[in-house]
Amino acid sequence: MPVKDYIRERFFPHMWCPGCGHGIVMNALIRAIEDLGLSKNEIVMVSGIGCSSRISGYLDFHTLHTLHGRALAFATGVKMGLPGLNIIVPMGDGDALAIGGNHFIHAARRNIEMTAIIMNNRIYGMTGGQYSPLSGYGTLATTAPYTNIDYDFDVVELSIAAGATFVARATTYHVQQMIDVLKKAILHEGFSVVEILSQCPTYFGRKNKMGSAVEMMAYYRDHTTPLGSKAKKENPDLIERGIFVQKERPEYCREYDKIIERAKTKGK
Amino acid sequence: MAKAKLKEHRIQTDWCKGCGICVAFCPKSVLELNAQDKVSVVRPQDCICCRLCELRCPDLAIEVVAEPEVSE
Repeated sequence: MPVKDYIRERFFPHMWCPGCGHGIVMNALIRAIEDLGLSKNEIVMVSGIGCSSRISGYLDFHTLHTLHGRALAFATGVKMGLPGLNIIVPMGDGDALAIGGNHFIHAARRNIEMTAIIMNNRIYGMTGGQYSPLSGYGTLATTAPYTNIDYDFDVVELSIAAGATFVARATTYHVQQMIDVLKKAILHEGFSVVEILSQCPTYFGRKNKMGSAVEMMAYYRDHTTPLGSKAKKENPDLIERGIFVQKERPEYCREYDKIIERAKTKGK
Repeated sequence: MAKAKLKEHRIQTDWCKGCGICVAFCPKSVLELNAQDKVSVVRPQDCICCRLCELRCPDLAIEVVAEPEVSE
């Protein structure tokens, strides 16, 4: 199916800034869904608030644009009600891990089957460039003009510790890897987390003198490495990308079905 | 298998925001930004149909259309 069949063309050109990584994530997500041959009718996309969350308006699936940080809570409701649907939850780093931090860790702990995409641009772009929990120590933001003293989360380690059964990282430069990882995450029977390093040239890039969108993507190219590579041993500062965890654990909705059965037999 | 041969690049000019990502990362320097800061195809003969421009475009503004493959 052509790309245009997956989008709501009347809203294009979209509102993201020139060179915004979120557009590349949307592009890759369309390719992943196309490759998997999923019907638009079986996909529900639930998003919160922020630049990243606007993606649900642009894609022509069942979509819910909900409260800041609460996308996973709404998504849990949809999945519990209609477990046959495929749930995709695109979030920004602030939406997922600051405002929605609690929803995030508990969705991971429950292992409810859905795909959480964290589009990590290390800033709150929509509201003017405030630092987020992923900005990191020493970075500059509108609200950190003398540098940020907060350390950032490692999304991968956090997700693993919280119990996610599929955890991966990709970047907007490595778009083919991103498509591949998204496909595997969508097919995974459990809670999947995909962190995607996504450039914000307007705020994070400009504040931190990282240059244009092209230069920020070149940074991803030069400062990341495949998981377990030899380069990582030589240069521990490189950021690893790939699939960190992929394991089986009972899925929440299937466990809940068992509870319903148990209640039925006890009630008789 | 025969190599993919370019038919055309379909460019949605009003969606292109001129970020230059496709131009910078094209392995064969096929693309350039024109005076209006929109992508234009200047060396179509060099295109190897890798589709990286299409996949990396944040604005869904470029599509690489290859000729239907003919087996040799």
